[in-house]
Amino acid sequence: MNFMQNPPAQHTSEMLLGSDAIAYGVKLCRPEVIAAYPITPQTHIIETLSSMVDSGEMPSEYIKVESEMSAIAACFGSVAAGSRSFTATSSHGLALMHEMLHWFAASRFPLVMVNANRALGAPWNIWTDQSDSLAQRDTGWLQIYCETAQEALDTILLSYWLTERIMLPVMVMIDGFILSHTMEQLFVPEQDLADRFLPAYQAPYHLDTENPLSFGAAATPDNFYNLRKALAKTMKNVPKEIEEGAERFSRLFHRRYANLEGYRLEGAEVVIVSSGALTGTVRIAVDRLRDAGKKVGLVKLRLFRPFPREELLEMVQGVPDVLAFSRAVSYGAGGTLAQELRASLYHLESRPRIFDVIISLGGKEVFPETVIDVVQGMGGLSPVNSNWF
Amino acid sequence: MLWNVTTVEYLNSGHLGCPGCGASLSMRHALKALGEKTVVVIPACCWSIIAGPFPTTALSVPLLHVPFATAAACASGVRRALITKGHQDVQVMVWAGDGGTFDIGFQALSGAADRNEDFIYVCYDNEAYMNTGVQQSSATPCGAWTTTTPGGKDFAYQKKDLIGIVLGHHPAYIATATVSFPEDFYLKFEKARKAHGFTFLHLLAACPPGWKIDSQDSLKVTRLAVDSGVFPLIELNESGELQQTYRPDSPIPVKTYLQSQKRFKDLSDEDIELIQAQAEEKNKKYLPA
Repeated sequence: MNFMQNPPAQHTSEMLLGSDAIAYGVKLCRPEVIAAYPITPQTHIIETLSSMVDSGEMPSEYIKVESEMSAIAACFGSVAAGSRSFTATSSHGLALMHEMLHWFAASRFPLVMVNANRALGAPWNIWTDQSDSLAQRDTGWLQIYCETAQEALDTILLSYWLTERIMLPVMVMIDGFILSHTMEQLFVPEQDLADRFLPAYQAPYHLDTENPLSFGAAATPDNFYNLRKALAKTMKNVPKEIEEGAERFSRLFHRRYANLEGYRLEGAEVVIVSSGALTGTVRIAVDRLRDAGKKVGLVKLRLFRPFPREELLEMVQGVPDVLAFSRAVSYGAGGTLAQELRASLYHLESRPRIFDVIISLGGKEVFPETVIDVVQGMGGLSPVNSNWF
Repeated sequence: MLWNVTTVEYLNSGHLGCPGCGASLSMRHALKALGEKTVVVIPACCWSIIAGPFPTTALSVPLLHVPFATAAACASGVRRALITKGHQDVQVMVWAGDGGTFDIGFQALSGAADRNEDFIYVCYDNEAYMNTGVQQSSATPCGAWTTTTPGGKDFAYQKKDLIGIVLGHHPAYIATATVSFPEDFYLKFEKARKAHGFTFLHLLAACPPGWKIDSQDSLKVTRLAVDSGVFPLIELNESGELQQTYRPDSPIPVKTYLQSQKRFKDLSDEDIELIQAQAEEKNKKYLPA
C-alpha cells in the first residue's frame, strides 16, 4: 500500500527527517553565512547543512564556532555586514545566547534561527518541552511554533521573507525528537519557486566603508526609550505582515499557515489551546471526544510572539472554558501559556475560564488518552491554580 | 628610518576619552596605519563610551558595538560576510580592552584564533576594568592597587601570559606594541594588515585615573614599561619565534617604572625585587632585537 501523496507542481516528494526538512528549507533560502554549535537534538540540522556546504551544493560560509554564544554573535557580525545568515540551537544553547538575543532584536537586524525545543537542566534531560524558548519571550524576537516538518520547512521560507521586511529576528521552533528525529513525506519546493518567493537580501543598512555608520552606540534614556517604542510598534504590525506573507506564499506554494488555527470549534464548550507537535495529538483526542458527543475544539497557537490577541479573541469569544496546555512553567506564577491567555482576554466583559494545565515537561509522554482524561476530568480541575498530574 | 603617516584623521575630535588616555591615542594611530577600508568591532570597554553616544560617532570608519564576551565571534561573522561579498580588501579589527580579552571574551578569542579567522584582534591593555571604575582583571599586574584589590593585587597571581596562549593557536602574526614607540607601533600594524589569517596585537595603554598618574605622563610611563622590561616589545618573526623588536641600550630598573605610578605605591622593597626578577625571567624567553 502506498501512503505517499503526489507532490504539487514544482515540488519533489521525499521522505525526510524533520531536521533535514529544516536544512532543505534553509538551503532554498540561500543564506550567505551559517554559524552553529552542536547540541542535541539540533545536531542533524547542522550536520546536513555542513554536508551541503562541504559538497558545494550550498555556496555559504560555514563558521564552526566554539559555543552557542559565538554562533549567534557570528551571525550578528555577518548580518551587520549585510549577509543573510542562519543558525540553529536548543535548550542550554539558547539560554547561553540570551544576552545576544536582546542585542540582535534591538539592533533591528534580521535572522532566522531554529530552536529544537528541549528542557533545561538540572537534572539533564534531552527531551522536548518549551521552557527554553518561552523563557526568551521578552527578547524582541518573533516566535513561531511548528506542528509538522512540512510546516517547519515552509516556515523557514516565510520567516526569511518576514524578518527582512520587518528587521526583527525570527525564532522557529520544532519539538526536539518528536519533529527533529522522525520522518515524514515532505514536499520540497524547487529552487526557482523559492527564489520567486524570496529575493536576495538587500540590507537597508550595514557595515560599509563607503558609508561608515556606527551600530549600537550608547543611547540617552530618551533615545533608548524611543528606539524600544519603535520596536514595539513594529511588533504590533507583525500579524498584518504575516498575513501578506502567507498570501504570497499560498499563491506560489498552494499551502497556507495561519497565526492561529481553529479546529472543530463549532459550538465548542471547551477549547484546548496547544502549540507545537503536541497539537497533532490533541487533534486526535478532539476527534474522539467529538465522536463521543463532547463539544470540544482546538486552537493551535502557531505565532507566540507577537501574541495574536485579536485572532484569539475571535476564536474563543463565547466559549465557556479554555484549557491552556503548557509545556513551560514560570515557577511561582504558573504555566506560561495560561498566563498569556489570561492577560489577552482579561479586558473582556465576558471571558472564558482559563484552566492552566501543565500537560508535559521534559518529554513526559502525552497520548490522545491523556488529553481525553484531562477533558473528562475537568470537574476536578482548578480554574485558578496550575493543574499538575 | 623614514616612513609616511597619513595626515587624514579617522578618530575625530569630540570623542569621550579622558585626558591622556592611551587607548584613544592608540586608536588614532591604529586607524592611520590601517586606513579607511577598516571595520571596527568593539565589545564592552572604555571604547564603548569613547566612541561617542548615539546618534554620533567619533570614528570615520564603520563601527559595530557588541556585547562583552562576543567580539572575536562577531568579527568572524563580519569577515565571512565580507568574503561572500568579495570585499577581501576590507580590514576587520577587534578593539577590546583587557577584560574583554583576558577574561570574558577569552573563549571567543580562542575560537576565532583556532579557526584562523582573517582579522586583526587588538587588545588595548590598561590592566584593569577601567570603564567600570578600576576593578582588577586577570591582566592586572601583581601589587597593583585597584578598587577590588585595595591592598594591591596578591602576589600569588602573575599576569596571564596572553601572548604565549595566543601563540599556541598558531596565529599568522602576533606582536606587542605601545603608542609611545610609534615607529614600532606603525610597523606592527602594517604587518598585521598584510598578514592573512588571525593576527593578535597586544597594546599597553596607560590609564591616568586607573594608574594614578598625571595625564601628561601617559606616554612617559609606557616608555618606562618597555625600557624596564616589564612590557617587552616583541613580534612573531618569519621563523615562527618571538623576537624583541626593540631592546633598550641600558635597561632601567622596574622600580623606576613602578614608582612612576601611585597604583604601586604600597609595594615593599621585596615586592619590587620579585617584580624585577619576573621581568628579567620573562625577557629571557625572547630572541634579542
